[in-house]
Amino acid sequence: MALLLPKPIRTALETRANEHVGLLAEFSDPGALHDAVVDLRKRGYTRLDTFSPFPIHGMDRAMGLPYSKLAFLVFVGGVVGLLAGAALQWWTSAVDYPINISNKPLFAIEASVPIMFELTILFASLTAVGVMLAFNGLPKPYNPLFYSDRFGRATDDAFFLHVGEADPTFGRATTASDLFGLGALAVEYVDHAGATDLSATGEPIVLEPVAGPTGTTTAFVEVTDLSAAPVAPVTPPHTGGQI
Amino acid sequence: MATVTSKNAYGRPAHGDGAADDVSMKTLEDAPLVAGNLSFHDITEMVSVHTEKKTPAAWFLAFSLALTGLGILGIAVAFLVFNGPGVWGLNNPVFWGWAIVNFVWWVGIGHAGTLISAVLFLFRQKWRTSINRAAEAMTLFAVVCALLFPTFHVGRVWVIYYTLPIPNQMAMWPNFKSPLLWDVFAVSIYGTVSLLFWYVGLIPDLGTLRDRAVRQGRMLRAKILGFLSLGWTGSNRHWRHYERAYLILAGLATPLVLSVHSVVSFDFAVSLVPGWHTTIFPPYFVAGAIFSGFAMVVTLLVISRKVYGLENLITIDHLEKMNIVILVTGSIVGFAYITEFFIAWYSGVEYERFAFLNRATGPYFWAYWTMMTCNLIFPQLFWVKKFRRSIPIMFAISITTNIGMWFERFVIVVSSLHRDFLPSSWDYYSPTLWDVLTYVGSFGLFATLFLLFLRFVPMVAIAEIKGVLPQADPHFYSHGDGHGDGHGVEGPSIAEPAGVNPMQASSAG
Repeated sequence: MALLLPKPIRTALETRANEHVGLLAEFSDPGALHDAVVDLRKRGYTRLDTFSPFPIHGMDRAMGLPYSKLAFLVFVGGVVGLLAGAALQWWTSAVDYPINISNKPLFAIEASVPIMFELTILFASLTAVGVMLAFNGLPKPYNPLFYSDRFGRATDDAFFLHVGEADPTFGRATTASDLFGLGALAVEYVDHAGATDLSATGEPIVLEPVAGPTGTTTAFVEVTDLSAAPVAPVTPPHTGGQI
Repeated sequence: MATVTSKNAYGRPAHGDGAADDVSMKTLEDAPLVAGNLSFHDITEMVSVHTEKKTPAAWFLAFSLALTGLGILGIAVAFLVFNGPGVWGLNNPVFWGWAIVNFVWWVGIGHAGTLISAVLFLFRQKWRTSINRAAEAMTLFAVVCALLFPTFHVGRVWVIYYTLPIPNQMAMWPNFKSPLLWDVFAVSIYGTVSLLFWYVGLIPDLGTLRDRAVRQGRMLRAKILGFLSLGWTGSNRHWRHYERAYLILAGLATPLVLSVHSVVSFDFAVSLVPGWHTTIFPPYFVAGAIFSGFAMVVTLLVISRKVYGLENLITIDHLEKMNIVILVTGSIVGFAYITEFFIAWYSGVEYERFAFLNRATGPYFWAYWTMMTCNLIFPQLFWVKKFRRSIPIMFAISITTNIGMWFERFVIVVSSLHRDFLPSSWDYYSPTLWDVLTYVGSFGLFATLFLLFLRFVPMVAIAEIKGVLPQADPHFYSHGDGHGDGHGVEGPSIAEPAGVNPMQASSAG
């Protein structure tokens, strides 16, 4: 089915699905999460996201997110609603089927205000919800993060930090090391194949036999080349239970 | 929020980290919003479990009663549709009887939810987080009940779509100059926007329930909730747009909630009937709507917090604040009654004077004095703090308020109409059995919807209430002495977050 979609849309969907491939670290509380984000940004990470059961005060600033542009689009929606309300009443009462009622004007702003107002609110509200969902890429039924069992508690009482593989600073081992250094309780590597729990010892782990000198930190940096390999094509496995 | 006193107004130690702070600054919001030292998980558990456990027998009992009511409504409406509105007690001058009384009454009740969610949100009244979900649900269901009455009052309900600007076989459009048509738009758009607001608020909580269902291994439930929660993850990049959208919806719903009952009042005020044709109607109707809506929320919450063991989330402080709103709006309504009377006399218009004197002393005097007693006198008991915090008293007053508000609409509709300009057409209006059954049945509809809500939807906004806990603030965890001073945790390159209380910051060691 996906093959029927035009290429730009497929690319966009693949990018969207790949956005959450990377390392997922759990932190103990909002404070630790906040500090970790501030620290990682100083180290040059850009593809960061946090997951929490409620919006955390000050996190937008810590993540350096710009002001949401939603309000402007809602304003446009409201103006469209206002004009639609005026046009609807003018066209139906004064143009398409004019009826003289008590010799009142066929169209007058005064009598049209209530419906213009109501349609302004309706259009603006629908825009607000629609744009919010569009900006957030929702509905998003498939998300690799759902492979992580731990991640289920992000909507309950757990706090997660995600570093995307697409981040130029990303290195599977170095980033994991950074995350443990910042006090992560656990770090998982999540991609379309599932979630792999990385050791919680605070040391980066050898993922695959790496040719060359081992035992030094630089050797582990070499591991990042694995993640820099071309991303596997998006074929959501749709295994049972991964909603 | 600066909670820096060592004790709050009710003698309990203040929550948060500032308990031993030397700054003695008293804030308005002293009492903890959530009692009982609950953790994030406790709140999830406390609210979610009611949607997950085996359905209790008591729920089935209540639901069967509600379904009986719904059945009565079905019979009453079917009888009406087969026979026409003549089965109601309407007569020549009184063309609007119980149906319009009930419509206005239910719409009025439907104001509290959006007022609590939107207006109190804009005013940063954080106590609303405990009650907004249930109040919004009540709003939606009350609007459904309200729409029922005018829909069937039109008689030929199968052409109800004539009220909408849909091309029809007569090639005619609705009359946009009629307040009745404004009402169609106002109430249906209010219902739509309230539903949007409610659903947007629900998305994170549905995500919570989904993730719990996955852990419990209930896959069908998880799939349904997964569909409804739209793949919500709690990403901060999502929260950012989500919070913005929620704020904007609140901003949009605020004028909307004030406009709905204003437009309903236009149905009366734009006409020329003495007793209706008054400019005081829009604000007076809005105050009355808030009054009755809050009363209904108190009625429902007093019962459901007890039944569902949510006393720590919906505390007595929340109920007290609701009662203060009831007191204020009740006084506004009472003041409006007196103003109406004064203006009728002061206008010097004979018909106006007669209409009002007739209300108080005419054939419907009993309705007028029931209204005055319930709306003007009883809520005044809430001046006493002890009464504001007494469950039995607030429950009783919430009931009398809604009785009084029903009689207010009855007085406005019936007593103004039954004495027409032509004395030859004067008549006395009495409802028939079918009026009564339709009204009783509308409670069945309301109760059915509300019980389904209590069973399947988290009745308290889980994500929102977690957000107002002291431990939700990152500064709560600041290193060192535990004082959230907002310094030290961030690097120098990151600017100070806005809203840090300078007094608190300077006092921290």
